[in-house]
Order: sequence, then C-alpha cells, then structure tokens
Amino acid sequence: MCLAIPGRLVGICGDGDLRVGEVDFGGVSRDANLAFVPEAAVGDYVLVHVGFAIAVIDEAVARETLEALTMFEVLTDEETQNRGQVQVSENLYLSRVSRGGVG
Amino acid sequence: MKPDGLESMAAGLACPLPIEEDSIVQLAHGGGGRKTAHLVDSLFLPAFASPALDQLGDGAVFDVGGQRLAFSTDSFVVQPVFFPGGNIGSLAVHGTVNDLAMCGAEPLALSAGFVLEEGFSMDDLRRIVAAMAAASAEAGVPIVTGDTKVVNRGRGDGIYVNTSGIGRVRDGIQVGPDRARPGDAVLVSGPVGDHGIAVMAARSGLEFHTTLLSDSACVLPLVRALLDAAPATRTLRDPTRGGLATALCEIAISSGVGVSLDEDAIPVRREVRAACELLGFDPLYVACEGRFLAVVPAADCEQVLAALRALPDGDAARRIGEITDGTPGRVVLRTGLGSHRRLERLSGEQLPRIC
Amino acid sequence: MRHLDEYRDPVAIRSVLDRIDGALAGPATLMEVCGGQTHAILKFGLDQLLPERLRLIHGPGCPVCVTPLEQIDRALAIAAAPDVTFCSFGDMLRVPGSTGDLLLAKARGADVRIVYSPMDAVAIARREPDRRVVFFAVGFETTAPANAMAALTAAREGLGNFSMLVSHVLVPPALKALLGAEDCQIDGLLAPGHVCVVTGQRDYEDLSARFHIPIVVTGFEPLDLLSGVLAAVTQLARGEAGVENQYARVALPDGNAAAMRTVREVFDVCDRKWRGLGEIPASGFGFAPAFAHLDAERVFGVSELRVEEPDDCPSGLVLQGRLLPTACPHFGKRCTPDHPLGAPMVSVEGACAAYFHYGREAVAAEEACA
Repeated sequence: MCLAIPGRLVGICGDGDLRVGEVDFGGVSRDANLAFVPEAAVGDYVLVHVGFAIAVIDEAVARETLEALTMFEVLTDEETQNRGQVQVSENLYLSRVSRGGVG
Repeated sequence: MKPDGLESMAAGLACPLPIEEDSIVQLAHGGGGRKTAHLVDSLFLPAFASPALDQLGDGAVFDVGGQRLAFSTDSFVVQPVFFPGGNIGSLAVHGTVNDLAMCGAEPLALSAGFVLEEGFSMDDLRRIVAAMAAASAEAGVPIVTGDTKVVNRGRGDGIYVNTSGIGRVRDGIQVGPDRARPGDAVLVSGPVGDHGIAVMAARSGLEFHTTLLSDSACVLPLVRALLDAAPATRTLRDPTRGGLATALCEIAISSGVGVSLDEDAIPVRREVRAACELLGFDPLYVACEGRFLAVVPAADCEQVLAALRALPDGDAARRIGEITDGTPGRVVLRTGLGSHRRLERLSGEQLPRIC
Repeated sequence: MRHLDEYRDPVAIRSVLDRIDGALAGPATLMEVCGGQTHAILKFGLDQLLPERLRLIHGPGCPVCVTPLEQIDRALAIAAAPDVTFCSFGDMLRVPGSTGDLLLAKARGADVRIVYSPMDAVAIARREPDRRVVFFAVGFETTAPANAMAALTAAREGLGNFSMLVSHVLVPPALKALLGAEDCQIDGLLAPGHVCVVTGQRDYEDLSARFHIPIVVTGFEPLDLLSGVLAAVTQLARGEAGVENQYARVALPDGNAAAMRTVREVFDVCDRKWRGLGEIPASGFGFAPAFAHLDAERVFGVSELRVEEPDDCPSGLVLQGRLLPTACPHFGKRCTPDHPLGAPMVSVEGACAAYFHYGREAVAAEEACA
C-alpha cells in the first residue's frame, strides 16, 4: 500500500492549501498539491502519493544511504568526468570506489 | 460459470462472485485478458465453429483454389478519438493491415465501416477520413468498400470504426500462434507500451502530461524484411490489448510450449516506465499498435535482427527470450536481479492503483 | 528515474544479499506490513534471492484486503442509489462484496468512476452539481492527509453534493494485536515507509520497546527492502530491539507535521472492524463532529448495515502472517483471482493474488532457466 513516486518539482503556482506544483517523473509530468510540503522549492525532488507531495527528498541523506549500501560513490551529471561509470539511470551515474572496513 | 461457484452457493456459503456476474457484459470482457478469452471460448467458438476460426490467429487463413488467403477484422472504439500520434482512423487502417501482416500475408484490400453518432463534428470526421486515406496510401492497401450508419445522439460515443481486410499469404510462409517450438527465439520489433500510455495521457481524469506518441504504425515493411530474412518464421503476433505479456501467453497456450523472457532485454521507453510507475501499471501489459512479436528459429535470429535494424522503425528490435519445453502455456520472466516471476493473462484491464 | 533506479542496481543488491547471509545467525521470521512492499518483493523476486532460513511473511498491509465485507456492501448500496456518482481508487473496484463488486455495479448501470486523487472527486462534485458525488476513502495513514484535504476543501466550498465513505485504518494498533497474540512468530518487522513519512515512527518505538522486537522503517525499492532486512537481522543477531530508519531520505522521526495537522483537524480516531482480524479498538479514522455532514454512511443511511464474513476463506490467518497463501487448501483451486473467496486474492497486492499472479506455486528451476 502507498504507491508514492519520486519526481522533480519543475514549477509552482498558487499558495497555501492551493499551492500546486508541476512534477516531472522522468518523461511524464503531473500536477501535485504542495500543501504538505511548504518548504519545497523548484528543483527539489518530492514524493507524490494520490496527487499530493508528502515529503521532500533529502538529497544528502539519499546520497549517504546509497553510498553506505552500495559501496559506490554517488555522482551527479556534473561529476562524471574522468571517472569509470556504471550508468544506472539517464542522469545518475555510480562510480565504484574502494572502501575499507565494510560493515 | 465454473462448477465451484455452483457448489458453494448450494452449500449456503456466500460466493463472492455469484453466477449473475456473467449474465451481463462487462468492460473486462473487452480487455483482452482471461474474460475476453472465456467469452470467445464459451460463446463465439462453439457458435461459429470452423477450422479457420479455431486457429485463433490475428486473422483467419484458408485455402481458395490453391491460394491461401488471410482475412481479418477489427473494430475501433478508442477514446479519445484524437490522441498524440494518431486518431481512430489511422489506428483502424494500421490495425487491420498489421493483422494481415501477422498472418504472413500481403494485404490486398480493406473495408471501412463507420457508426457515427448524431452531432459528431463533420470536421473531425474529415480529419479521421483523411488520416485513413493517408495510412492506406502509405501502406499501399486500398480501401475498396465500406458502410456508414448514424445512430441517435447519446447512443454512440462519437464514432466507432470497423476495418476488415483480405490478403494473400506469401508462398512458403507458414505462421501461426500454434507453431512455436522449443529452442526458437522470441523477438520484439521495438519498445512496448507507447500506444496505451499515449492514449491514457490524452484522457481526462488521469491528467498526466507527456510528449510520448502512440506507436500506431504500419508494420508491413518490417514484416516483409523479417520474412525475407527468415522464411521459416513460426509466429507473428501484434501485442495490442493486453500487451506483450498477454500475446506471449496466448502463443504459449496455442503452441503448448513454455516461454522464457529476459526482463532487461525488453525495450521500454523511459516515458512509458515513468507513467507505469505513477499508475501502478506493468508495461508488459500495456497495448502497442505498431509493434510485433516474432518467434523464429534460433539460427535465423541474428540475420532477422540485422534486417529489422536496417529499417528506420526497426532500430530498437531486440531478442527478448526463447521458447522452452517447460510447462505448456507458462511464460516466465527472468528479472534483472536473477529471480523469476510468471506472467499470466490478467482477468480484464489493468486499473490504476494507489497501493 | 532518479531516486528510483539507483535502488534497483543488481550489483548493489547482490552485495546486500551477501551481507544479509553473513549477518543472519539462525532462522528468522520477518513480517512486512505494507501491501506495496509485498508487491515489490514478489515483483522483483526478492523472496527467491534471500537465504532460505529467512522467512518473509506478509501482514495486514493491504487496506483493500482489510476493508470489511460490510463496507463494500455499503459502497455497493450507495453506488446503486439514484443520482450517485461513486468515485474510487482503482484498487477497490474488483473487491467482492456480497452481491458482486463495484465494476459489476458499473456494468449494471451505476455511475462508478476511477479517480487518481480524492481531489478529482471534489472536482467532479464542483463540475456536476446535480450529481451526489461520493468518494470511497480507503487507505492507511499515508492516504489520510489527501482525504482530509479533500474533505476540508469540500467543506470550505460548501459543496453540498459531496460526501465520503471512510474506511481508514491505522497500522500500529493492528500490529499491537498481532504482536500480542500468544503464538506470534514474528521476530522482526519492516515498518511501512510511506505511512511513517506521514506519521513518524514514535508509535513503532513504543511497539518495539513493548514487544522487544526490531522494527525497521523501510522503503519500497529492492535495495530499500533488502537493507531493511539487513538492519533487522543484524539487530536480531546482536539481541537488540529498536527502531531504525532505513528510509531516512523521506521519513523523518516525527513525520510530516503539516499533513498530520490536516488529518487531526478532519478525522478522529475510532474503533474499526478489519476483515479477517475482527474489531480492533482505536484502529481507524472517522470524521470529527465538525465534518460529520460529509459522512456518506449518514447521508445515505447505511451505517446500520451488518454482514457476516463467510468463514471458508482463512484470510484472517493470511493477513496475520500465520498462513502463507500457498499453504491455504483453496489456493489455486476454489480460490483464484477469477473466483476469489476473499479479498487477499482480489486486490493486486493482496498476499494471495500476488502469489498467484507471480506464480509462486510452482516455478521449477529448470523451467525458469533459459
């Protein structure tokens, strides 16, 4: 239960309970009500459930979580030069880093 | 109705789906899944019994004076009538031309029947007819006969179109849903699910936006190239209602074979993936209208792919799996993680979910 | 898709699977509560990839499955009433009541419409003032803020033709009932990540302390689920029992304050009947008095409807995680998605339907190999 999908906030209009954002889910976009994420700004990734954004994704925490789990260093588009890459999605690359002391 | 339902009712227990459920037609009967199959098996086949019908291919193939002919029909009720990448008219021409191609036939001619609702815009009708003329000319298949009926306002959803077509099966070509053999390769001609998602995006209610276009197109040039490269092709099938998964289930059942698929090999556009994530859909069950599946002898696979990829619409053709001697009728998908799951026909259509 | 694909990376998944195998001391039973997590586990075949000595069971995390038969019957009665436009999420349309499901009601002439958001139902009420628009508000706490906002909006706009049939259920009270059962075999819990995004994890801290059981707030992608499993088995191996948050990128310990404020404004906690589990006190949401005029049960006079659950479907045992779907004697025989005996076989992420659809009863290794 609770199909909630991450997407990028690309536009905002209105305010308060009527604040609505256009969210891009990677080729498909849909409006979402932003009443529950007053702090969300254009460029943020939000989690959308039944037409409402219920959280803003914390990029720093996401990055740490992934790095701890995958032993990969999470790179963004801008950081991909001169690194060996494993392409996971269109705009995200993971580059293997050697780590000591695996938990 | 299944005997189980009768027994539990007789025992006085509440049967959640009483027999009455099958006394009226439901949307699921048109969904292309198990309910559609049940309707065909239990009503149409017994009533219309004929060897050609029993093949249950995309069209019927029969012999006329030493020449094999293919005959196919399809009705189109799509809403909205105009969608990104086409309209009900172009869809109707492509649909029947493609079904004849799936029989290994060179289409000769089409008919076009219209049921129009009183009040439908004449401008819209002109656009639809123009699209049909263009599609017919592009495919090289003339529309030679037709019919028009008009029904009272409120009785017709705007416009329904039926196209039927006749074609000549190519010499030396024998394709059918029952001809797949263990060891054969399974190919798809391009990314799946574009049409279903494009149409859904254009419907009001779900309200999502995408630049995705329907893949509705005539597949004749691709099929000709494929059959030139592999005259021993066993099966051709276009995955319309019910998508790729349903089409493969039907082939597996007809041929009495198993099918094994590699999930990572199945091409799906990112927009289709995103829309499916949003709606809770599986892209493997979403309709295509300009794609086809081919089952070919394994030895022919490479040259078939080369032939398809040489054509503009075939660049994304992929091998996606093979026919096995596993449990007959069973389609198994190997996930990108190395686990497996079975693909079955759905009961009706997929419904958007929140859970 | 960003923030999705990364959590499906096969190499990373393999690595976490190995770590789970290393961390798992003896046999263990973990329960995941959320239907969406069940769905993901079966879609990606994670149960096949985990060590055999780890048993994953599926709890009552499917709000569709736990909606009592009588609530479906109320929905059917309302949908059949004159001038009613009955709006529902797609999930609910094939759940059988006593006389069929909502799709059958539609085929019989009821105006039943699928909506993606409760606000779509409000929009219909606004656009079509002659229709009595009813929205079927089913779900766990995740969906409550959206449903509350719909109610608030309708109330503010004075939409006299809008009402909601509420069937909200809360996860922690159900877990308390399960964990408190004498023969409870659950060693650890994966808490539903999106519920916790809304509510926070404080109730789960209470549960973990009371029953001395590891609970990990877990997301829905394969890497999320597996890292939740890893955290749980690691705690078990160390004899620890606390709440960890695997889903910290969206789930905060105190949840979403704005969302919970809206929920508390519109809904009060009430007792609720759970299909297969019976009545659990303080386990659901109902309208607060100020919003009682939006309660479709009142508007249509169906509150008193009572229906007994047929007893041939052991859905209660399945929902409690005490019976695997494949172990039910009716599974695949009397009970299939085409003729389900109970809701877990109908709802796509009900445990039984998921097992059936993904073909758990027999995917022999040799068939599955290319």
